[in-house]
Amino acid sequence: MKSNETMTKLPANPERATLDGKNKFLGFWFFLGGETVLFASLFGVYLGLRNATNGGVSANELFELPLVFIATMLLLTSSLTSVFATMALKTNHFKRMIGWFVVTGLLGLAFLGLEIYEFNHYVHEYGHTIKSSAWGSAFYTLVGTHGAHVFVGISWITILIIRNLRRGMDLYTAPKFYLFALYWHFIDVVWIFIFTVVYLMGKVG
Amino acid sequence: MSAHAYKKKNPVWDWLTTVDHKKIGILYLASGAFFFLLGGLEAILLRVQLLYPEFDFVGAETFNQLLTMHGTTMIFLAAMPLIFGFMNAIVPLQIGARDVAFPFVNSLGFWLFTAGGILLNLGWFLGGAPDAGWTGYAPLSTTSPGNGVDFYVLGLQISGIGTLIGGINFLVTIINMRAPGMTFMRMPLFTWSSFITSGLILFAFPALTIGLALLMFDRLFGSQFFAAEAGGNPIIYEHLFWIFGHPEVYILVLPAFGMFSEIIATFARKRLFGYSAMVFATALIGFLGFMVWVHHMFTVGLGPIANSIFAVATMLIAVPTGVKIFNWLFTMWGGKVSFPTANLFAVGFIPSFVLGGMTGVMLSVPPADYQYHDSYFVVAHFHYVIVGGVVFGLFAGMYYWWPKIFGTVLNEFLGKLHFWLFFIGFHLTFFPMHFLGLMGMPRRVYTYLSGQSLDEANFAATMGAFLMGLATIIMVWNIIQTSVKGKKAGNDPWDGRTLEWAIASPAPEYNFAQTPLVRGLDAWWLEKRAGNKAMVAAEPLDDIHMPDSSILPLVLSLGLFIAALAAIYSNWIIAIGGLVITAAAMILRSVIDYHGYHIHKEDLPAEGREGK
Amino acid sequence: MKRWRNVWRFLPLLSVIALALTGCGNEQLTAMLPKGEGAEMQFNLMMLSLYIMIGVFVVVALIYTVVLVRFRRRGESDNEIPEQTEGNVVLEILWTVVPIILLLILAVPTVMTTFALDEGTEKVPEGATVIKVTAHQYWWEFEYPDLEVKTSQDLYIPTGERVYFELVSKDVTHSFWVPTLGGKMDTNTATTNKMWLNAQEPGTYYGKCAELCGPSHALMDFKVIAQEKEDFEAWAEKMKEAGSQAASDQAAQGEEIFANSCIGCHAVGSEGGNTGPNLTNFGDREKVAGILDHTDQNIKDWISNPSEFKPGNNMPAFGDQLNDEELDALVVYLQGLKVEE
Repeated sequence: MKSNETMTKLPANPERATLDGKNKFLGFWFFLGGETVLFASLFGVYLGLRNATNGGVSANELFELPLVFIATMLLLTSSLTSVFATMALKTNHFKRMIGWFVVTGLLGLAFLGLEIYEFNHYVHEYGHTIKSSAWGSAFYTLVGTHGAHVFVGISWITILIIRNLRRGMDLYTAPKFYLFALYWHFIDVVWIFIFTVVYLMGKVG
Repeated sequence: MSAHAYKKKNPVWDWLTTVDHKKIGILYLASGAFFFLLGGLEAILLRVQLLYPEFDFVGAETFNQLLTMHGTTMIFLAAMPLIFGFMNAIVPLQIGARDVAFPFVNSLGFWLFTAGGILLNLGWFLGGAPDAGWTGYAPLSTTSPGNGVDFYVLGLQISGIGTLIGGINFLVTIINMRAPGMTFMRMPLFTWSSFITSGLILFAFPALTIGLALLMFDRLFGSQFFAAEAGGNPIIYEHLFWIFGHPEVYILVLPAFGMFSEIIATFARKRLFGYSAMVFATALIGFLGFMVWVHHMFTVGLGPIANSIFAVATMLIAVPTGVKIFNWLFTMWGGKVSFPTANLFAVGFIPSFVLGGMTGVMLSVPPADYQYHDSYFVVAHFHYVIVGGVVFGLFAGMYYWWPKIFGTVLNEFLGKLHFWLFFIGFHLTFFPMHFLGLMGMPRRVYTYLSGQSLDEANFAATMGAFLMGLATIIMVWNIIQTSVKGKKAGNDPWDGRTLEWAIASPAPEYNFAQTPLVRGLDAWWLEKRAGNKAMVAAEPLDDIHMPDSSILPLVLSLGLFIAALAAIYSNWIIAIGGLVITAAAMILRSVIDYHGYHIHKEDLPAEGREGK
Repeated sequence: MKRWRNVWRFLPLLSVIALALTGCGNEQLTAMLPKGEGAEMQFNLMMLSLYIMIGVFVVVALIYTVVLVRFRRRGESDNEIPEQTEGNVVLEILWTVVPIILLLILAVPTVMTTFALDEGTEKVPEGATVIKVTAHQYWWEFEYPDLEVKTSQDLYIPTGERVYFELVSKDVTHSFWVPTLGGKMDTNTATTNKMWLNAQEPGTYYGKCAELCGPSHALMDFKVIAQEKEDFEAWAEKMKEAGSQAASDQAAQGEEIFANSCIGCHAVGSEGGNTGPNLTNFGDREKVAGILDHTDQNIKDWISNPSEFKPGNNMPAFGDQLNDEELDALVVYLQGLKVEE
């Protein structure tokens, strides 16, 4: 199949037009349900340990909201661009979809870069590590797990784009891109919670 | 099996790469059976050590490893895979489907479980098995010397991923792939139970994933989650573990309940009494199962308010469970009940499980639990419900569905012998334990002092264990004998009620030549009573699309196994290498096109077309 | 054949009930013969829940027996297909509502007793005895802050009043359990738990650790020695004043060895370390290390190689450091550490 601007032969909602697509769609939503419990558990652990600073630095002293705000904006924007990509998918505009996914991936990469810088800063300037206190353990595990999910997402979309750039969209590949978009939205929603529970509550609570 | 092997495979490669739910089912059953024997051996060793006060058969450290591995093996490596084995072998047949929604993921689940199971047991050979109990409470688990607990943490983590994806698979299969006419309220109870169980798996296992991950981080990376000196709190682990652990016991028992519903109805020749109530009760048990976890923590010191709330929630679960018991009894009431071995286990389950449920209600009373908790009373309770419920269910399911899976019938005489010896041994072992607990014997003790009145009951309990061991040997002999020269089975040896009995034994590669049309509950029974010899087809005869087999699930699991083993020994280079193998397998899976192959309609055997 | 089935089912049950009824266990250990206020409340609830559950079991057993006898298939030739009953709404309601009522009957006293057992633990009544319990691998530390007493292994309490405990653990989670007097409470590392016990009559009661804590979890026994109030207060006074004492030359020799080898971990009176048990009244103790009979030979053997008796415990072996004569002197000294006659 060659990539064209519009594939008039594909139905609308190509990601769910086959049994395979329907199964993947439902299966992935269930997977996200499981991931929700995963992150909920991590949030529970974090909330239980947020004041266990072991005599070291506390959230209020440590966090710099401007940096975190920029990171948040990067991720939120990447979610928006993945929405544009999905819209292109549903209307069979392959090149447009790829373009938006590339932007999404780059924004995600920028987010990750900031986060790595942030962690590095905490470790070297404040001695705030995964070992320095129970709060430190909870912080790096929760935020780090989210970061790892972002990393997996970026790898995923990169592979999808490289593999499918030449073949274009068909009923076999559409579900693959759609699932990525679902995943990316999920990661974004988790970040909203992290921003609120970890950073905002850390400064205010 | 099929007369048309499109890719002539050598049998070893076939089994290593299969994505066929029926073969995967057999793989799960065989592995589960192996681990059941291993766990049983561990139990016998435990009981020999407890034969006499201050006995010196195995030392204290070995005993703690045995008790940890007995529990972990039985729950995670025996019961769960056996359950998945039956779900795989039977559920697609019961809903008229040709396979599960994600055959590749199905295979992956099996190989992940295998990798995890092997990793868990490597400790025996590498300096010591885990020894902090199957519950792995911190700080004992985080401070336990040696690598034992590392094998526990990583082995269980890998197995757990397998279970989780298995759960998702069955949820999607049951929702999306039912035959035409099979509405939710026409599904067999075993399928319903599998469905609800899969939902429980999806929402319970991630909590375990996190609990294990935190243990791993404390042990391997020096984090402080459970270190009181640095602000950590071990009670967090207990919460995470039991938020998983309580639903886990319903994950174990609900499929058994489903099996009993089928078996009791079949051998009473009568439809299940109160089908809607049974479905609703199963769902309610599943839902309430998430609301009661603190009853494992009544003595942790959470306070009277928390304890009271969870006490009442726990008592509530008794209600839908009781509803089920009565519905099973009334299924048989007015019926024509026969007692092949499968039904012996089903009927033996009823008083045994009710006893376990009784002690469950007794345990739900926090003040009383302050005495019972961590004593042999609890050991008695959970063995009554797990052995009396889950194990009896698995045995019953084995005798019932063996013909469908293997095409032969297990020997009835040996089966009855197995039942009676096991049933007597089971009660002889676990009934005295109620009294041991009340008389002050804590659990997980490698010995007991003389002069504390604990001798006779311990002796009796060990005798019962020997009986159960003998019964198990007889069962294994039955399996071997039947595999070598068993009596061939027809399609429908029990005059069954559900779709799996409408096709050949064992089922052909593609299950149904034509997807059946379901006209009501107990679809096959309906057709038979209407005088038909086969199910009415819902589609014309056509080419059948089959999924590709793949070696990648095994490779993926191997990568994780290598990574975990390397991590235990802090060899981070190899650990990353293992992860790279896993990632590579995942990438290959994504970029290679898997379009499957077709079985052409001309090649379907004549009998297959009529579904006989 | 059916009747056989029923007999077979109950035979093992009956034989074990017979076994059990040969006595409800050891009087100093069993929860079935309560000697404490808490244990009695708990026993009553146990009985209530048991009777309700037996009632349910009897109903189930009756239906079960009828089903197995009356509705059997009569042989291979019996091919009658019974009526395929769908269900019965009245029955469903009945066996939903009745259990709910039974559970309500259980739930009310349950909640009341749960709160009663917690009474007074946050704000201890004026003049009550308060004991701080610290659990270790594999021994129990007891401190009476108001009475300025520290001891281990044998827990002295006054009878006839609620004694309040603050429970904590030093290393891993343990659980403090004296079945005859009351239920257990876990000892955690990161939080302090509070409970009370009330011994109704004087006596010695056995205590157990009830949470897997390592290889010697089974050997972490302790004793509760309940005494009349005046006796208890006398004991506490003597313990407060007690210190090292050597009544003979051999004992004095032992005292010197103790000062060189043991005092770093073990305190006598207010002198000494606290990584190991306080030994002020060692000579009065019921057992050595909680489990061995209190003989001279056992004391020697224990000191020579503690791990032989309690695998995995933290006390080093002194068998190489101390010769036989030194050990004998040490034993004489230790046996002389008493506050009771």
